[in-house]
Amino acid sequence: MKRIALLGMPNTGKSTLFNRLTGGSARVGNWPGITVDLLAAKIPVGGAIAELVDLPGIYDLHGYSDDERVVRHFLEEQSIDLLLILVNGVQLERQLVLALQLAELGIPAVLLVNMIDEARSLGLSIDCGKLGAEIELPVVAISAKYGEGRQAMGQTMAHTLLTGGNARPGTAILRLAEDDRIEQRAAALAAQTMRAPLVLPERLTDRLDRLAMHNVLGLPLFFLTMLGVFAGVFWLGEPLQNGMQFLFDAFSTHVLEPALAPAPDLLRGFLIEGLYGGITTVAVFVPVIVLFFLFMALVEDSGYLSRAAYLMDALMARLGLDGRSFVMLLMGFGCNVPALMGTRVMRSRALRLLSMLVIPFSLCSARLQVFLFIIAALFTPWQAPWVLMSLYLMSFTLAFLTALLFKGRRAFRSEEPFVIELPPYRLPTLRQIWARGWMEVRHFLVRASKIIIAGVVLVWLLTHLPAGVAPAGPASYAGMIGHVMQPVLGPLGIDEKLTVALIFGFVAKEVVIGALAVIYGLNGDALTSQIAHSLNWIQAYSFMLFCLIYTPCLSTIATLRSESRSLRYTAFAVAWPLALAWFASFVFFQIASRM
Amino acid sequence: MVNNENHSQIHPMTLPLTSLVPGQIASVCAIHVGEALQHRLHAMGFRAGKRVRLIRQAAFRGPLHVRIDSTDIIIRHRDAHCIELRLT
Ligand SMILES: Nc1nc2c(ncn2[C@@H]2O[C@H](COP(=O)(O)OP(=O)(O)OP(=O)(O)O)[C@@H](O)[C@H]2O)c(=O)[nH]1
Ligand SMILES: [Mg+2]
Repeated sequence: MKRIALLGMPNTGKSTLFNRLTGGSARVGNWPGITVDLLAAKIPVGGAIAELVDLPGIYDLHGYSDDERVVRHFLEEQSIDLLLILVNGVQLERQLVLALQLAELGIPAVLLVNMIDEARSLGLSIDCGKLGAEIELPVVAISAKYGEGRQAMGQTMAHTLLTGGNARPGTAILRLAEDDRIEQRAAALAAQTMRAPLVLPERLTDRLDRLAMHNVLGLPLFFLTMLGVFAGVFWLGEPLQNGMQFLFDAFSTHVLEPALAPAPDLLRGFLIEGLYGGITTVAVFVPVIVLFFLFMALVEDSGYLSRAAYLMDALMARLGLDGRSFVMLLMGFGCNVPALMGTRVMRSRALRLLSMLVIPFSLCSARLQVFLFIIAALFTPWQAPWVLMSLYLMSFTLAFLTALLFKGRRAFRSEEPFVIELPPYRLPTLRQIWARGWMEVRHFLVRASKIIIAGVVLVWLLTHLPAGVAPAGPASYAGMIGHVMQPVLGPLGIDEKLTVALIFGFVAKEVVIGALAVIYGLNGDALTSQIAHSLNWIQAYSFMLFCLIYTPCLSTIATLRSESRSLRYTAFAVAWPLALAWFASFVFFQIASRM
Repeated sequence: MVNNENHSQIHPMTLPLTSLVPGQIASVCAIHVGEALQHRLHAMGFRAGKRVRLIRQAAFRGPLHVRIDSTDIIIRHRDAHCIELRLT
């Protein structure tokens, strides 16, 4: 099978094009460095099937950050039949340098001048025919986002793949001395083939930035925006949550219970209170989470993250981190795993390790479900948003505090430069937003079908064995575990029942609420009121604090391990939050319950 | 090699990027950084002769927002200090 690779600088639209060509859902975002790993899919090209590979963006062929290394390995070790070289048409001159370097690898290539829509609206025009003749490569102008030029691109790809293009003997990896020559050539080419107005028109981006990047207003505006996003998710999410609950309850009373009426008690209990109750308690939150990710997609694709990096870098520098670390903390609000991977763009290992140490404090969407659930049970609708906000603040505070405490250690000290591109603001298309939402639903279904079911089943067994005990009573295994842990967790106000839920939250935070449903043998409103009855708000908040801070989920730990390639570091990154969680909950519970 | 010791090398007609005021334009004449950063800066458009415009600077010696042709870049104060410009 022929292999086609997408190459170009970061943020030029490679993943957007990949999605368009494959119908796939590679992550797209207006932030240089969204893709940090390979992603392949099969597409038909000129009557045959070929493999299309999306790669991280690179600035040149000399880089040595972990994402750039992925690309270099790929170029060195895989046979490639066609390179699709993407450049941002708005920045043709600058990006042409990389395109020319790549062309010299000697692999048949097509140059795609992307974002032609943006170039046009700035009044730029590019003579692709002339450019192609000069560099002896087929050149096609496209808009990956809006689909323009798709046909011409398809034909050119098929033709080049079939004929092998005009492949020339390649230099394996460029010699550094060649760079100057190529830079001059790129400048000359751009001058010949590109027509630009003398003064670029003022863009909407420039006007927005005057406010968004304002020295005084910028930061407050940023936090207000974040607040708006969370408030939006919270208020729009609640009716969705209630709707789901209603549907699940109706299904249980009208279908499940009658259908299972003849089944033996134990089996019925297991299926209804265990499996169904546990899973639906988590599933109720799916619409909220999808909503949350739609908002995240909007933020990520708007380009506002780069502005956040600009606004926060001065503070982050004092914490031994940089603007990119802050952006990854924000991405961690969705899920910690891609945020950890996103640090691959950092060249300094020390900076990467310190960033990865703080990212797990980011209140991810799984933890959000737990908090929404507990907050709804224990607090009034008026208190709820403030409680949630306090947890988000806590999440930032602990991340910053951790960085501050450890930045001086040799392993975490870095002198990494901070230079990033500032892309213009962009609006995602409905199709992009939809793709993102759908991806999250699928992601949930995959998790639900494995981890959540397994967790719920295990909790049910622990609460019902040995045979004949009162469910989740002191004689059950769950009760015994809770009892053993009491000396440690008792001082935090966390009782036996919550203890078991916490232990399972170690696998995945969503399991915490599924486990609570099973432990109490209730779901829906009955569960919330039971929890409201058996906990006071201080205990509940202490439990949430512990949940927020303690050991990240298993996937996060696995990612920490694979990205750091150090067992010692991973152990530390697990132990420190655990210790901090205990300490924070202890202090909170002891002080609050004495007041 | 990084910033400070380079002060002495800076020609009287030139100034570091950090000395520009917002709106001012000057052209790149030298970049005093290690090879790795040099490559990155090159790829971002900081090449000899290129005209750089300072758009704004963040508070508390935060990063600078500069524009080269149609590329906008954010660069930390410390790194910007190593870029030597000539007023045109
Ligand atoms: N206006 C416009 N925007 C585009 C086009 N193609 C991509 N974009 C936007 O550009 C941004 C970057 O797109 P990605 O596909 O994530 O870019 P990438 O090259 O994969 O970036 P990395 O993974 O960071 O290397 C997103 O906001 C896209 O929506 C286009 O043709 N026109
Ligand atoms: Mg990408």
